[in-house]
Amino acid sequence: MDWKSIGLKVGLEIHQQLDTKKLFCDCSSELCEEVAGTFVRKLKAAEGESGEIDLAAKETAERNLVFRYEVIRGSTCLVECDEEPPHALNPEALKIVLSIAKHLNAEVLDEIHVMRKIVVDGSNTTGFQRTALVAVGGKLKVGEKEIGIPTLCLEEDAARKMEMEGQEVTYRLDRLGIPLIEIATTPDLHTPEEVREVAERIGLMLRATRKVKRGIGTIREDLNISVGGGARVEIKGVQELNLLPEYVKNEAMRQLKLVEVSKKLQERNAMVVDKLFDVTPVFAGSNSKVIKSALNSGGKVLAVKLIGFAGLLGKKWEEMHRLGSELAQHARVFGLGGIFHSDELPNYGITAEEVARIRELLALAENDAFVLAAGDGEKLERGLRAVMQRARVAIAGVPEETRDPLPDGTTRYSRPLPGGARMYPETDVPPIRVTPSLMADLIPIEEFEEKVARFSREYGISTEIAGQIIRDWRDLEFESLCAKFPAAISEIARVLTNTLGEMQGRGLDVEKLSQPVLEEIFCAYISGKFAKEGIEKVIEAFLLGAPTIEKAIEKSGVAKLSVEEVEKVVEELLAAHPEIKAKPNPEGALMGLAMAKLRGRADGKTVNDVVRKKLSGSPQV
Amino acid sequence: MNYEEFLKQKGLEPGDVVKIDTITGTVQGILMPHHEFSDEGVLVVKLKNGYNIGLAIEKIKGVELVQKRKTVREEEGSVERSPELPDVAVVGTGGTIASYVDYHTGAVHPAKSPGELVKAMPELFRVANIHPEILFSVLSEDMDVKMWQQIAEKVAEKLRNGMGVVITHGTDTMGYTAAALAFMFTSLPCPVVLVGSQRSSDRPSSDAHLNLLSAVRFAASADVGDVCVVMHEGTSDNRCAVHPGTKVRKMHTTRRDAFRTVNAREAGYVDGEKVVVNGNLRKPGPLRYDTRMEERVNLLYYYPGMSERLFRAHFEGAKGVVIAGTGLGHVNSRFVPVVRDYIRQGCAVVMTSQCIHGTVNMNVYSTGRELIRAGVIDGKDMLAETAYVKLMWVLAHAGNQDEVKTLMETSIAGEISARREV
Ligand SMILES: [Zn+2]
Repeated sequence: MDWKSIGLKVGLEIHQQLDTKKLFCDCSSELCEEVAGTFVRKLKAAEGESGEIDLAAKETAERNLVFRYEVIRGSTCLVECDEEPPHALNPEALKIVLSIAKHLNAEVLDEIHVMRKIVVDGSNTTGFQRTALVAVGGKLKVGEKEIGIPTLCLEEDAARKMEMEGQEVTYRLDRLGIPLIEIATTPDLHTPEEVREVAERIGLMLRATRKVKRGIGTIREDLNISVGGGARVEIKGVQELNLLPEYVKNEAMRQLKLVEVSKKLQERNAMVVDKLFDVTPVFAGSNSKVIKSALNSGGKVLAVKLIGFAGLLGKKWEEMHRLGSELAQHARVFGLGGIFHSDELPNYGITAEEVARIRELLALAENDAFVLAAGDGEKLERGLRAVMQRARVAIAGVPEETRDPLPDGTTRYSRPLPGGARMYPETDVPPIRVTPSLMADLIPIEEFEEKVARFSREYGISTEIAGQIIRDWRDLEFESLCAKFPAAISEIARVLTNTLGEMQGRGLDVEKLSQPVLEEIFCAYISGKFAKEGIEKVIEAFLLGAPTIEKAIEKSGVAKLSVEEVEKVVEELLAAHPEIKAKPNPEGALMGLAMAKLRGRADGKTVNDVVRKKLSGSPQV
Repeated sequence: MNYEEFLKQKGLEPGDVVKIDTITGTVQGILMPHHEFSDEGVLVVKLKNGYNIGLAIEKIKGVELVQKRKTVREEEGSVERSPELPDVAVVGTGGTIASYVDYHTGAVHPAKSPGELVKAMPELFRVANIHPEILFSVLSEDMDVKMWQQIAEKVAEKLRNGMGVVITHGTDTMGYTAAALAFMFTSLPCPVVLVGSQRSSDRPSSDAHLNLLSAVRFAASADVGDVCVVMHEGTSDNRCAVHPGTKVRKMHTTRRDAFRTVNAREAGYVDGEKVVVNGNLRKPGPLRYDTRMEERVNLLYYYPGMSERLFRAHFEGAKGVVIAGTGLGHVNSRFVPVVRDYIRQGCAVVMTSQCIHGTVNMNVYSTGRELIRAGVIDGKDMLAETAYVKLMWVLAHAGNQDEVKTLMETSIAGEISARREV
């Protein structure tokens, strides 16, 4: 695919959790599994400063959701419960953002104002996310290209969504309020691979502050994607760096498909009839499970008439991006699951005869299509009205919207794109004047390339190994271990890359190898307790459950033998294999046998010395 | 130069769209009003992306007016009356129970007209025909006795017109106002409900919504002739508690369920459409009220180390003093003769407890017994704040000291409980 020719434009927004206490209270930012209690709330779409209710906010509020919040001791206080005003902005978190801003040559604003960004999906107990614009106009060089960083914000993370049952959504409050830095790029990324590359670069730069959280979910990317003739679509909250190119590809293809569908619809003068047709009588004796169960509980079947849509909704399985599934997703967000459209019928227990009767009832021409769904009252009507609205928009083209990423690299409709109407000042938090003293003592940031080059230069390791150590967050450990054991640099590098990778691959918990543990292992190694070849075995024994390093050395049987002990082994071998002396290279043959027995327990040089001595001590043939 | 001078010099005002040249670049946005804690030398501008930012005036090279501010139009509009629904007046006295944000000033404005209220809370109009009126708009802490009297007159006017009454009130002193109205209205044809909010109504999570809806439901349908406070029962948005006006106290600075009934059971609750009354409220009767109050009454919070000079100051020129004493109802035993002197001079002194929970009992310890002998009136389990309001009302209505004592020690409006449940 020639991405440039289709006009692919992608902008990134990276959200990274900072490793401090929470942004507006004194709670710990650790996640926890022990729930101390719950409470329920509702949210109302408040008006923004401009007096208009934000479309996204309004749609969410119309879904009439109830939110249950799980309280976690230690990481939830009255602030997260929206039962106490926010405290002043966490100065440590601000310092981190200022440091990054300076590193990106961004211009820090003279005074920082915290805003309320309306979010009524329940992920914030207040109904808004607190966010502050800290700096503007930064730049990041990736390869030869300079990427613009128009904004750097400091904001609070949202609560964790745990489950959704009917109209009730459960959130956990431990994550709410964790400081996030938000870094946005200009929409100047033009290929899926470039998106991944830039995201990784920014991630590595953030990590270099040493003040960000690590692990799944601590860094999340939003993608703003459009193709020529398409529209800006935001994919929110991607957690897997490696899936970024997939989301970009799929969204580009989706938009291309919708542009194509829209052209055909316009050619056909397509139209959505603004009426819901009651087709319940058609299904009096229906075999469709969905319809039967709806009718048994007193529901009805309603249909939507789509003039000129036939064949454009898409048959199931046939293709990846179908207008039909777009319609279904819109119905779903209003709580209506399982809509059927005429392109995929007869199927699902709906017969050809029933389809024909509906076409007759709705007076459909050959090019016309219908959508139907069964259920009760308000939910059914709201869902089908959403379908009608989405179908109408399809005639015009690609709608701007927010989509949720799915684990398979595709996305699903979530809500309309929030407008600018959703911000107003957080008057409970005083603004912060940026003074020279606030800009002093910023955290130094060493970019990835610089650090790789330095490691390679200072420690004599390859750039690949250096890169791997840094990517795996082992750089601090590496430097500290090298300072303590300068004679074992290559062993340290090998352990932090190959050995740990291998152990992890075998499902062992390498997190147990904390810095003090590694220090103990290398200390034992340097003081000659075991040979180079024994390091892996000791680590393995420790990870397999040896309570101490001493025990691990014992258990793995690599404890180094004294010269006398080596001599004894060699003598025994010689006695057991008298034929060796008759071989053309007796030294090599004996060495081979000895090393097979002693590997890890004695180094090669010692064994070789002993072998030579024993062979020379006996009469030559 | 500070921002005020700067705006004056340039002929600009908050709300104007401007283009600002600074030494680092150009910014376009809307001029915002100054935050109290914002630096004097900073101009606050709202960018197109919605963020407010502060720009140092010293770095500004030039400003260009792009567009003059738009004046906010207030939505007047009336709502058609449904004959099958009851009429409920919503009298605004302050606080932000129903409001919207003005983006030009960043301020939160109360909804004044039915049009604005229906926009803010359409559900209200399905419960009753709402007649909103802003009586005044004061901060709760600025409320005074004259305002209680004005509220009472307004309530009486609404009641005479056959409406139920809901009063929206800032939460800080809502308990005092509730008590004042409870004493002023000796008989009421229907409930008079005070309601407030702990989270301002401009935010999606505001408690105002459920509180006001529940208050209107209670005012419209409860078979009660009393003054009460309707507020969140817990932290959840599911139920509101109904508190008797003389027994209610704000017990938390920030929580939604800050209001509690003290030394009695809650008077009921509103759960969705369900309105439940527990029976501690007065029954409906003809409208009778009298708003006279004796304002020369003080509330004294005694503490260890209080100087005699300050203690005495509370009694100077006072017709009555309510003491929030320690424990069962004590002050420093050295002050007993001081109290005795003022009582002899005609000052009514009522003892309550700063423990809040539980009753005063001055019989148990010697200081208490001496205070009784000195003529101190037993405030029983009345809240100190309620006793203070009641003493004002009693002193304006009683003929002599004995009558003051009798009235103070008798429950007039549910302010004293004969028994306290476990
Ligand atoms: Zn907290």
